[in-house]
Amino acid sequence: MNKDIVEGLKGGAIIALSASPFAVLFGAVAVDNGLTVLDAALMSATIYAGASQLVGIELFGQHVAPWLIVLSIFAVNFRHILYSAAIARHIRGYSFLQKAIAFFFLIDPQFAEAIRRAEQGRALTFTWYMAFALVIYFPWLFFSTLGAWFGSMLGDPRVWAIDVLLPVYFLGLVLGFRRKPGFYPVVAASMAGSVAGYYLVGSPWHVSIGAICGVLVAALLPLPAQPVATQVSEEATS
Amino acid sequence: MDDLSTLWLILAAALATYATRVGGYVLITRMRTLPPRLEQALNAVPAAVLTTLWAPAFFTNGWDVRLALIAAALVSLRYPGLIMLAAGWAAAMLARHAFGL
Repeated sequence: MNKDIVEGLKGGAIIALSASPFAVLFGAVAVDNGLTVLDAALMSATIYAGASQLVGIELFGQHVAPWLIVLSIFAVNFRHILYSAAIARHIRGYSFLQKAIAFFFLIDPQFAEAIRRAEQGRALTFTWYMAFALVIYFPWLFFSTLGAWFGSMLGDPRVWAIDVLLPVYFLGLVLGFRRKPGFYPVVAASMAGSVAGYYLVGSPWHVSIGAICGVLVAALLPLPAQPVATQVSEEATS
Repeated sequence: MDDLSTLWLILAAALATYATRVGGYVLITRMRTLPPRLEQALNAVPAAVLTTLWAPAFFTNGWDVRLALIAAALVSLRYPGLIMLAAGWAAAMLARHAFGL
């Protein structure tokens, strides 16, 4: 089999496995908040963004105005604007249709792995990208439907510590970037911004507020003597 | 909420999400060259965004969640993602069921 397919499937399978508890959790919570199994499956299939699906579900249960639910999901997903901007220079070779399809699957781990691959100097082929994407997408759909099906059987997520998996997972992704230039000031700013936003404005706005703080600090940090791109490739070889 | 409006709501949310995934690309390709500061800012995006998805959990929860995150951070310095996830989970289970935190 094509090496890109094998590598994509392998990398994606790990993500699919670690995301499956969240998919089950999402399905269970969705049914608990009055959605049907079909609605939950449709959300996973068309929105395909775990954290925002959970935010949406929480607001469904509170009978918030529909436009506010859509706006909240947009706010949580706002980071993807930055992802598609950052990935643009690595997918110049894709056709229009390939780009349109690829962007639908641009979730957090997809972006993190794609950027890592590109920065290691390896080609970000459409084949690798889709193998990685689909091996996450279908289990995500399957496990959220399964979770919705079993619904209340999961009980309180705290008993099985399901609730800590999401933050632990995101913390791990962040620590993977710790050798990047400007990592510590950026993370410190994002931490301060998101925690302050959480208390002063509330969820889900803290996501966008914290992200803007971190990105602003990165933009204001002194530029390195050599171009950033060179520094990244040196890092990868050391 | 009736079934039909739920369906439209989900589709609107899906469209909004897709817009965020295409939007950055559309904006960036309209600019010919990337200013170095913008490039530096773009390089910081993943760390800046993903931090907001765990930092409030650390500061607003009890010591069960804090210990889970600290344990996971220490383990991640040497071991891959899934082992780190297991370590964080085990720390939270211990904190909750053995120490009642």
